[in-house]
Amino acid sequence: MNMKLIFDRGQTGRRGSSLPAMDVPAKTAVPERFCRKTPAELPEVSEQDVIRHYTLLSRKNMGVDTNFYPLGSCTMKYNPKLNERAAELPGFTDLHPLLPQLRLGGALTQGALEVIYETQRLLCELLGFADCTMQPLAGAHGELTGVMLIAAYHKARGDQARKVMLIPDAAHGTNPASAMVSGFTTQTIATDAAGNVDIADLKKHLGPDTAGLMLTCPNTLGLFDPQVEEICRLVHAAGGLNYCDGANQNAVMGRVGPGLLGFDVMHVNLHKSFSTPHGGGGPGAGPVMVGECLVPYLPVSRVEKRDDGTYTLRYNCRDSIGYIAPFYGNFGIILRAYAYMLTLGREGLKRVGENAVLNANYLRVKLAPYFAQKVDRPCMHECVLSATPQAKKGVHALDLAKALIDRGFHPPTMYFPLIVPEALMIEPTETESRETLDEFINALIEIVKLAETDPEAVLACPLTTPVRRLDETQAARHPDLASV
Amino acid sequence: MPYIANTDADRQVLLETIGCRDFAEMWQRSQVVVPEPPLANIPSGMSEFEVLSKLRRLAAKNAADLHIFLGAGYYDHIIPAAVGEITGRSEFYTAYTPYQPEASQGTLQAIYEYQSMICRLTGMPVANASLYDGGTALFEAMMLAIRATRRRQVVVSEAVSPIFRTMLHTYSRNLNIDLIQIPAGTADSNQRQLLNAVSDRTAGVIVQYPNFFGTIEDWEDFNAQVHAKKALTVGSTYPVALALLTPPGELGFDIVTAEGQSLGSHLNFGGPYLGVMAVTETLMRKMPGRVCGRTADAAGKPGFVLTLQTREQHIRRENAMSNICSNENLCALTALVYLACVGKQGLVQVAELCAAKAAYARELLLAIDGVEAVGGEAFFNEFVIKLPGDAAEAVGKMIDKGFAAGFPLGIYYPDRKDQLLVAVTEKRTKEEIKALATALEAVL
Repeated sequence: MNMKLIFDRGQTGRRGSSLPAMDVPAKTAVPERFCRKTPAELPEVSEQDVIRHYTLLSRKNMGVDTNFYPLGSCTMKYNPKLNERAAELPGFTDLHPLLPQLRLGGALTQGALEVIYETQRLLCELLGFADCTMQPLAGAHGELTGVMLIAAYHKARGDQARKVMLIPDAAHGTNPASAMVSGFTTQTIATDAAGNVDIADLKKHLGPDTAGLMLTCPNTLGLFDPQVEEICRLVHAAGGLNYCDGANQNAVMGRVGPGLLGFDVMHVNLHKSFSTPHGGGGPGAGPVMVGECLVPYLPVSRVEKRDDGTYTLRYNCRDSIGYIAPFYGNFGIILRAYAYMLTLGREGLKRVGENAVLNANYLRVKLAPYFAQKVDRPCMHECVLSATPQAKKGVHALDLAKALIDRGFHPPTMYFPLIVPEALMIEPTETESRETLDEFINALIEIVKLAETDPEAVLACPLTTPVRRLDETQAARHPDLASV
Repeated sequence: MPYIANTDADRQVLLETIGCRDFAEMWQRSQVVVPEPPLANIPSGMSEFEVLSKLRRLAAKNAADLHIFLGAGYYDHIIPAAVGEITGRSEFYTAYTPYQPEASQGTLQAIYEYQSMICRLTGMPVANASLYDGGTALFEAMMLAIRATRRRQVVVSEAVSPIFRTMLHTYSRNLNIDLIQIPAGTADSNQRQLLNAVSDRTAGVIVQYPNFFGTIEDWEDFNAQVHAKKALTVGSTYPVALALLTPPGELGFDIVTAEGQSLGSHLNFGGPYLGVMAVTETLMRKMPGRVCGRTADAAGKPGFVLTLQTREQHIRRENAMSNICSNENLCALTALVYLACVGKQGLVQVAELCAAKAAYARELLLAIDGVEAVGGEAFFNEFVIKLPGDAAEAVGKMIDKGFAAGFPLGIYYPDRKDQLLVAVTEKRTKEEIKALATALEAVL
């Protein structure tokens, strides 16, 4: 297949869409001296050119809708099409974000405000918290918001000494990055042999400079730390607050409410546990739930319900940290998550965690005999296997992943968490069937056996994709980032 | 159960395989020993038809057929039908971030093309794969200037969107940054006062082009003078305007940001939106966000990969360039397909329609008794008018008549309570514009 850029296609004078004719005098208020000398070099293609080009491009992708996509910690569950239809309704898509700020404008956005309010309420109920903001535009953005709330809390108490955020070594890199952007320094806490927080190490670092602890729960090894309530108590006793990174909430959906365990603030990823699409890398949403002590600091504006049942926005919250997004959050994403929660309801939400964990443990039991494990114990919604046995023979986690692509599977997450060598983190999610899991298991076992008998064959993969392995070193050394 | 494929029979087999009698034992073995939440106030699930009916009813409670003359950074443009067709392809929207490039060449080539489009539009050599929105992009631009110059003072014009400035303020509170805000002129950015505020402690100066009041200003000399003091220049811009206006890359901006909603995305009541960022060659390796590069595969075939990843959090953790992990990929794809659809001539035509209709609207509005001009010598599709009374009150009455007549500046600028910011796009017909003027005249 010939790889052409859109810029390589078309002819001078070709147009892809029509516009209404000029129905007013053509005079503008743009003085000549401010005008471009020549138009921007955008493509000149027909609508058919556009559709063919991008349709063909799309077919070079793997997606959940085409392949099993067991990326650990990403929760690549099925994206319901009902949610897409809901998000297309013009009553939602055509709403200007500034309408509620116009007098009588709030009355024209009641449906949208209800969606936001009800989503907040459902999340608080599900996760065990007092209040919520839907403003954060992504998971990392939610993390940042949560950490900023903790900073505001200590600042309000005049507690200037609390400058350190405690973070387990297994944490995702966005955790320390968020802490840094909020003005904190970070202290790493060790993980013990059982894959849990090393309590002794935690106690060693708790003190008057502790602002809080950021804990991924379940953790990045795919394990539930049974000490979680004690950990939260210890941090509280030292005067710190507990932040729960809810990226792995799918594991305990309906089974655990982190707000009831001692967490003061939490974010979830709507594009993970709540079925909104990943989009190839966004847009997402990372709403933040808080306990009572952090409510005053939540961002503005806040959606509230009046006694008469109408919805309004409150702006005057004296202790609020301010605006972390331009408006109310990624409304289109919030709407999809709302549709999802309405569809599942209480029973459906409870079934999510159960089935996600069951599927992952099934994979673990079937595949563990072929790999090493850092911790050999039942997992949550994802299992972490180590390809160290294969690596000894020169076939690494990356090679196994590429071989899976040839067999029609998107690979699991590789090389994360950092504390597991040759890591493959496999998260099937609850939406996958038993037969899909069996197909995957058989394929991976076949590859592992091939790595023994004919390692070269594995190292050559992938062979069936539009491109073979790409020179990433070259890309970084001599960056070619645009065709201009 | 919705979206769960396995039946009870399937689950029996799985449970047997893992050696558990039931789910209770499974949770126990996985050490989930904490109490279950009651979930008493979560209603039962509904069928697809019932959910869609409920959401249709909620959608119907929102504004319909409103004549939108409200902009302030978010614009009601025509969106070609082909855009939704491509962004609705599930190979694009159900894919993850392209960390396995061989299985993601669709996403990756699209990102590369999007970056290229932004470079061509802005006249800048390097663009990233997008950031969350125009406001966070501006914050990231500010942080980039601070990192690059190792200075901690930033000068911001109050003619920059107050919505963005509020966000800058929120993010800066916990960081050691000296944020200086310079009041605007009548409808201009008060360049002289801005320059006076720039010292050898200044990391960067942030301005908007066209500014929040819609005014187009000359930035070339200004930027040269800021550079003379070794500070950087940041321009927040409006992508559709760049079809007509001198690209910021030719005016000496070091960092260009924008809200990309106007490139094919719906208004969407707050998001998802699109943060655009483009920088000079010098700043490339300090730029935040994902970036896609072209390279070759093992057989010499051209292909695309995410690159320069050592700037990002999964590698550098607390030393990362920012905490941003994501781009708004599908929104970037939206902008890409939009620009491909309208094309070289089409975007110019969109811009010409916007500018002409805005000039026409202003003429009609200024003809109303009591309505006065505020600035207006040079604007694209947005301008300010002064009303005889409170603008917010007038806007309320206009809502009643089916018009979102504009943005009352008094909401963010306390001494402009009688001023209204009016935006006109190619979507507004001559009849609508005449109706706006007639309605406003009646209301005043």
